[in-house]
Amino acid sequence: MSRLDPPPINRRSFLSLAALGSFFAALGTAAAGMLRLPSPAILPGPVRRFKLGPPEEFSAGTETPFTEQNIVLFRDDDGFYAISTTCTHLGCTVARSKEGFACPCHGSRFDPRGNVVGGPAPRPLPWLEVSRAANGELIVNADTEVPEGTRYSV
Amino acid sequence: MAETATKEFVHNLHELPHTVKDACFRLGKTPESEREESQATFHNLFLHIHSVRVHLRTLSPTLTFGLGLTAMASFVITIITGVLLMVYYKPSTDLAYQSMKDIHFTVYTGRFIRNIHRWAAQLMVLVVLLHMARVFFTASYKKPREFNWLVGLGLLVITLALSFTGYLLPWDQLAYWAITIGSNIANSPRELTDAIGITKWFDPGGFQKRLLLGANFVGQDSLIRFYVLHVFVLPLALVTLLGVHFWRIRKDGGLAKPEDPMGGLAEWGGERRTVFQPLATKTYGLMALVKGKRPPVNRGPENTVMSWPHLFWAELAVFMLTVAITLTLSFYWDAPLKELANPAIPENPAKAPWYFLGLQELVSYSAFMGGMLIPVIVLIGLALIPFLDRRSGGEGVWFGTPGEKATTWQSLFFALAVTVGMLAFTVNFGWLRNWFPNIHQLWIIAINPGSLLVLIFAAWSLLILKRKDSVRLAAVSLFTCFLVSFTLLTYFATVHRGPNWHFYWWPSQWPLH
Repeated sequence: MSRLDPPPINRRSFLSLAALGSFFAALGTAAAGMLRLPSPAILPGPVRRFKLGPPEEFSAGTETPFTEQNIVLFRDDDGFYAISTTCTHLGCTVARSKEGFACPCHGSRFDPRGNVVGGPAPRPLPWLEVSRAANGELIVNADTEVPEGTRYSV
Repeated sequence: MAETATKEFVHNLHELPHTVKDACFRLGKTPESEREESQATFHNLFLHIHSVRVHLRTLSPTLTFGLGLTAMASFVITIITGVLLMVYYKPSTDLAYQSMKDIHFTVYTGRFIRNIHRWAAQLMVLVVLLHMARVFFTASYKKPREFNWLVGLGLLVITLALSFTGYLLPWDQLAYWAITIGSNIANSPRELTDAIGITKWFDPGGFQKRLLLGANFVGQDSLIRFYVLHVFVLPLALVTLLGVHFWRIRKDGGLAKPEDPMGGLAEWGGERRTVFQPLATKTYGLMALVKGKRPPVNRGPENTVMSWPHLFWAELAVFMLTVAITLTLSFYWDAPLKELANPAIPENPAKAPWYFLGLQELVSYSAFMGGMLIPVIVLIGLALIPFLDRRSGGEGVWFGTPGEKATTWQSLFFALAVTVGMLAFTVNFGWLRNWFPNIHQLWIIAINPGSLLVLIFAAWSLLILKRKDSVRLAAVSLFTCFLVSFTLLTYFATVHRGPNWHFYWWPSQWPLH
């Protein structure tokens, strides 16, 4: 027998090891299965598509805050756009300020188009998809982001 | 025959008070001899976690200040008051706030019980931190106590988690926004994954947040999860780990202390107390001497006294003091209850509980670095201490290593200067984003006041390692820096941060809004 050969193992030790191994394998599988449970399969929550009213209500050059929905709807000469007021840092609601938006929680600041100008926010405020319902009302989908500068023209 | 049985029955009935008493209290009287005192300790389930004899050093109030026991006492208080609050509290978004109002205004002693719960919880966090500092500065984590230091860190984390989960339950503005922020800190690895564009495939942040909240926002699913964690999972984990903690104290030979000096009790005021002095000619049984190496050869006398009554009086005193402190605080200061949670309007400023405010200050530079990486780095650093500093010496003595006091003072002033400087600089000049609005997020995560503080302190500790040629002193400098910085950041965020997280000298200067 060479020096490099593994030490011999007798049948009893081998079977014991195998039994122990299968015990831990079963335990691990059971634990993994149980830990899977708290991770939600379906995320609860309301549909975040908001009807904001007919386009005629908003004249060009205005902005309308929707506090319940955490959205500001803008209309300029090119069309409509909506910006989310949920801070991209830690989820507080930003308020409209002189230079744009300001977050009360950790002092993130944004310009009127949502770009970060100061503070810890990692991303600009998201621009949200604007569309129209069958009855002509404007719809903002708060779950769908669109690139900055995207307008919806009526 | 029947007559004797009747007699026996009547006799037994007559003796009932005595026989029941003897069955419950087996000794049946106050212990008088040391043998009976050791039996009183040894034969009682609740007392037998103590050794029968205890070293005089252990009883010295200025060695431990009873901090560990105070933490235990405040935990017992939160358990009792917590169970009482559960009688009325309803973990539902529709009912939680109303049940809090009920507890506050209608339930008999409800407000007082809730105040006690809150104050005991705050005391527990404070005392657990102080207890850790005590263990560190008396070098009590050294061999063979490394494992118990780790268990203690686990207990610290669970204590903080208990506080955090309890914060949501009132379902008021404070609760809602603190947990919104907290859960988004769990989400903050996205800062990194977004910055390098892999969130679509690898999203640990989103996973953590959903696991915590059961949803993408703080709602009913989150409330019930926090409730289950707060009233069952975490207390159970704490009690289990606490059992291990106490068990290890016994197994590691009681509290850390230096070897007994030869020649008796000079430093303890001579024959101040009756002290056990084993006779060379006598053999002692297990009952009288549970701990230690026998027989004593070339060592001084044991310097121990009986646990009953000396240790138990001391423990009772600490319990009473803890209860007195929490009751006094609860009598004068109410636990806050703000308006009903309103997802549309955040509190301004939305502040975490005080012990998380230091972290909140770091989070206001970068959520991922301040909220996740730095806490993890600090915890790993703390966990490594007993494994990197392995040279014995100084155990059980405050600042027992030569040069330790000087190093502590130096590090204290160093950390004070660096942290104040860093805060003053940030308040006055802002940070990278203010200077380069288009800078890549990776730079913000990597280089911010929080990460710089960690780097500077690590460098300082390495300098001490080189200059003083002592691993223990390097650990002391790092731990002191951590403690000072933590305290200072907590103070700064508590007092000097106002609406929009702007700097104010005093809360009285906050603008009305």
